[in-house]
Amino acid sequence: MSAVIDGFAVVLEPTNLLYCLVGVVIGMLIGVLPGLGPAATIAILLPVTFGMEPVTAVIMLAGIFYGAQYGGTITSVLLRLPGEASSVVTVFDGYALARQGRAGAALGIAAIGSFVGGTLSIVALTFVAPIVAGFALDFGPPEYTLLALLGIMLVATISSGGRIRALAAAGVGLLLATVGRDDFTSAERFTLGNLSLADGIDFVPIAMGLFGLGEILYNLEERHRAVQPPAKVTGVWPSRADLRQSSGAIGRGSVIGFVLGILPGGGAVLSSLAAYALEKRRSKHPERFGQGAIEGVAAPETANNAATTSSFIPLLSLGIPANATMAVIFGALLIQGVTPGPQLVTEHPELFWGVVNSMYIGNVLLLIMSIPLLGVFVRILRVRATVLAPITVLITLVGAYTVNNSVFDIGLVIGFGVLGYLMKKAGFDPGPMVLAFVLGSLLETSLRRSLLLFDGDPTGFVTRPISGTLFAMFLAVVLLPLAGTLLRRRRPAPTAGGEVAAHPEADRPTDTAQTQTGSMEPGPTVNESAENRPADSQQMKSGLVAGKPVSQSPSSTGPADAQVGSMAERPGESPSRNPNSETKEPE
Amino acid sequence: MTTEPADDRPPAAGPSANLIAAAVVVLLGGAAIAGATDLGSGPGTWPMIVGVALVVLGLALAVQARRAEPPERFTRSSLLVVAAVASMIVYVAVIATIGFEIPTLLLAFVWLRFLGKETWRTSIAVSLGIVVVFYALFVGALDVTIPHLF
Repeated sequence: MSAVIDGFAVVLEPTNLLYCLVGVVIGMLIGVLPGLGPAATIAILLPVTFGMEPVTAVIMLAGIFYGAQYGGTITSVLLRLPGEASSVVTVFDGYALARQGRAGAALGIAAIGSFVGGTLSIVALTFVAPIVAGFALDFGPPEYTLLALLGIMLVATISSGGRIRALAAAGVGLLLATVGRDDFTSAERFTLGNLSLADGIDFVPIAMGLFGLGEILYNLEERHRAVQPPAKVTGVWPSRADLRQSSGAIGRGSVIGFVLGILPGGGAVLSSLAAYALEKRRSKHPERFGQGAIEGVAAPETANNAATTSSFIPLLSLGIPANATMAVIFGALLIQGVTPGPQLVTEHPELFWGVVNSMYIGNVLLLIMSIPLLGVFVRILRVRATVLAPITVLITLVGAYTVNNSVFDIGLVIGFGVLGYLMKKAGFDPGPMVLAFVLGSLLETSLRRSLLLFDGDPTGFVTRPISGTLFAMFLAVVLLPLAGTLLRRRRPAPTAGGEVAAHPEADRPTDTAQTQTGSMEPGPTVNESAENRPADSQQMKSGLVAGKPVSQSPSSTGPADAQVGSMAERPGESPSRNPNSETKEPE
Repeated sequence: MTTEPADDRPPAAGPSANLIAAAVVVLLGGAAIAGATDLGSGPGTWPMIVGVALVVLGLALAVQARRAEPPERFTRSSLLVVAAVASMIVYVAVIATIGFEIPTLLLAFVWLRFLGKETWRTSIAVSLGIVVVFYALFVGALDVTIPHLF
């Protein structure tokens, strides 16, 4: 327990407090810019943290992370443009509230919900993470092999663009991780004789290129659509009635967020959807949802912040990042010379507890900053994308240089930026690639150590109790979706019309069409949209930014995957029948 | 406000584009297998496994190429991206020799005026502003070793 208190002492050091504040504010500022989600924000700002102490660096990155999360909420409510996938559902009721002149109440309740969800989640994390870490101390190379494989597999399963594409991206990430000198034999691998590659490819240019620059290039192409100036924000504090109405939603959202956040691949996106769906189902007046129900903002915002926090558990206690953003933070830690894993609590208690406790402070700062700074954010939203793009791109390029003082690194960032852009065009999510790259050397090293341990006999993975269990889970994750696909094929194939019915109005031009900017990612899928009134999902039409096909259960592949992006990409083909069907049940 | 067409997404490319993507994955896997063979077992084992996996995944992508969502087509505005990348390549090529100030000014200006269609006045003002702020930040405050003229 004393370690916990020492952690507070670490956080309350003025430097750390300052960087926590800076992180939250920068995170919010950049999170407000449509198109740059938390992963991109952290990636672009990675170089800033290098001169810092590890604790300070992680505290700042964590601050950026939840700041960016909240920044995305602001654009969801005011512009109907979710800054990132986890705020997609917030749009339904948040924007409806904004149109009723209650944007302030929506943003206020989102801030309060985020605070409560985040704080409850940290309390739980404080108790759960050391237990998980203690359990994981027994893990050997075989367990880590399977854990890393399981993590990649789960992230691929819920990634946008379909499982096979995600796995292919992950495969390329694993391959990139092999570039450089082999740890076991010092053989040079895939360096093409280039000295700069002998030590392997740095994580920073990959993350900055794929997430940061790739995103910027992708937006560049599509940004010609003007953004409507946001509605005026008044009355930031939610009323007593709002609070009373939302309290249940905030409580349930916290629990859902915490639980789903721990799961690899789950995280903020899934939990915000689940929390929204639950509130709607519980409500006596579900028809209010989509027309400005305050719970519809409170639940997902609470849940995504709770999940954001709890997704630190697998990272800090197992050393396995649960999602793309955590992969970036993982990479940042490795660069700082800290390897996250079960030993972290015992070997670097000041780091572990410093980071955990900084989240309390960060959440308080988030609550304090979000409300007075709202006016600033609204003003930022008025800055044109054409002006912001060169600024972000130059920060990225110069930042990439400063990490190793290497021009070669800038070149790598540009190369990976082009790759990230092309991947997005082709419907490949760069997230699994970055995650696999980060886990690549751990995976290979563990695999080869395991095989040495087993004298080359791979059945050893099955016979050890823990790795055997993990192997069974791995098989389940691989085989269940396959079984689902096969079953679905037996039944009459769903028609294209049935698949796209989730967005029945997508082909109708809307009066608000000009507010859509080009910052969207492909693959908007929110099954809730099917349940909303037609007019509402019409507003939603392509205002969805879904980094991940959030509505896809792990068992949906094949035809269901194909539907994910096509319904937005080919709006003209969406027939208007069957408006009440849900995406979950394509047939 | 101009009225934009309802489909704000670039038009979808044909299914053949999916085949190209699948081919790229297969080729990458093939390259990995070739490289792994040269390395031999030991250092080459893991790249071999990943390479085989990539080939299999690429083939699977090819099989479902017709059913999968089609990639986005390259449109006229994709030329903006080509221009942007070209400007960055020039930037990298010259930054080590002539310092970051002039390339930064030019890159910002090109992006603002030609890619962003901002006015001359805005473009000049903003790009000058960026250079001044960057200089103050990176050279003045952070004392980064970035090559600079002054």
